[in-house]
Amino acid sequence: MGKKILLSSKEIHIILHRLACQLIENHTNFENTALIGIQPRGTYLAERLVSILENDYHIPNVKLGLLDITFYRDDFRRRETPLQANKTNINFIVENKKVVFIDDVLFSGRSIRAALTAIQSFGRPSEIELLVLIDRRFSRHLPIQPDYSGSQVDVFNEEKVSVHWEEKDGKDAVYIINN
Amino acid sequence: MSQLSVKHLLGIKHINKADIDLIFKTADHFKEVINRPIKKVPSLRDITIANLFFENSTRTRLSFELAEKRLSADVVNFSASQSSVKKGETLIDTANNILSMKVDIIVMRHPDVGACDFLSQHVNAQIVNAGDGTHEHPTQALLDSFSIREKLGSVEGKKIVIVGDVLHSRVALSNIYALKLQGAEVKVCGPKTLIPKYIESLGVSVEYNIKKALEWCDVANVLRVQNERMEINYFPSTREYSQLFGINKQLLDSLDKKIVIMHPGPINRGVELTSDVADSPNQSIILNQVENGVAIRMAVIYLLAQQV
Repeated sequence: MGKKILLSSKEIHIILHRLACQLIENHTNFENTALIGIQPRGTYLAERLVSILENDYHIPNVKLGLLDITFYRDDFRRRETPLQANKTNINFIVENKKVVFIDDVLFSGRSIRAALTAIQSFGRPSEIELLVLIDRRFSRHLPIQPDYSGSQVDVFNEEKVSVHWEEKDGKDAVYIINN
Repeated sequence: MSQLSVKHLLGIKHINKADIDLIFKTADHFKEVINRPIKKVPSLRDITIANLFFENSTRTRLSFELAEKRLSADVVNFSASQSSVKKGETLIDTANNILSMKVDIIVMRHPDVGACDFLSQHVNAQIVNAGDGTHEHPTQALLDSFSIREKLGSVEGKKIVIVGDVLHSRVALSNIYALKLQGAEVKVCGPKTLIPKYIESLGVSVEYNIKKALEWCDVANVLRVQNERMEINYFPSTREYSQLFGINKQLLDSLDKKIVIMHPGPINRGVELTSDVADSPNQSIILNQVENGVAIRMAVIYLLAQQV
């Protein structure tokens, strides 16, 4: 099994700040915006961005929710292993808000398809955008593209892009794993 | 672990502690779902469930039906009073006829002990026992434990007394299995005639004095006197029963602690519980039990459907 580093901790730091600035460009003071981290792996990125927005750019009260999409997936009973749910924590209504979905890797687009259905349970957003750290181009099953992307990569379908976060895995890094 | 160890939910006797933990963990998520503005998830879009009720039920049938609908399953309902059972059709024939219409899961309540077990051996569908005679009622026991866990933090080490008609109660038997699996201490209390002779072999103790039982416990799960299952008189009169084993406000206030009151419903008000006890907002969790019932049934069906 080969493991190749795609982004180092320094590169991730720069990318996170760029993504935060791009969000500010479009959402200014985030008054009517809600950031939604997609469980399980998108939540680290979402929390990191919120902390950059609050601490480095002094934007208070950024609304952050965590959305679990397990019960909305289209591969229930079609996969080998059963799915385990995670916590959904959205304590506001997204009705008429600008929602930004945040996930670590965009691959087939099926998680985002599920998230688009799931978010409707919390109201009708005025618009939905997508922010991802890694955009795996040319591997989409559905017509879904990110509005903000940290880095675009072209890798073979058998290869896995694995995002590591300091708070979970001890170190920020993105790897390409070759089975 | 993210899969149940069983293919059917026939009784708590057949499952283990890990199964209970998995069901509770899944139910936590579904409890959050049913408190959303839109209380429905599309997980079971391609599953069809038949609810076969050969015995009367309001709460359980509604609770199962709501759970199934909130998972987006297709649901067909069947009650014995309006069916071919009246014309002499056997249980297996009835079930197989329903299954040929491509049903994946059967939820069944039946007046006979072991009916679900029997059906699970003869038809090709997953069976959920919604109560079989005086035997087991697993989803009720699960929601009871889930409600205790919600109210007191955990079930392990808690003292639970089951009061009343233990002899005819499937709720009592399933609860004893479930509570023992989770490490709780269990006592039963009721008239001698309504306590099964060998109940101690299940690892529970017996108390015939209601006041002593309540002083001992953290939670009292009060059962209904099942007059419809009594072919003889087990106690002289309802009035005597309620005087000796009924729980009222004075009795609760005379204890030096606040215990939790549960009841699987339907309540015979004034017999096993007086209204001020049943409706007491800080001690009774009867309506929480009903709410949790939907979440628990969603979890059970969701987890079983993974194996369809």
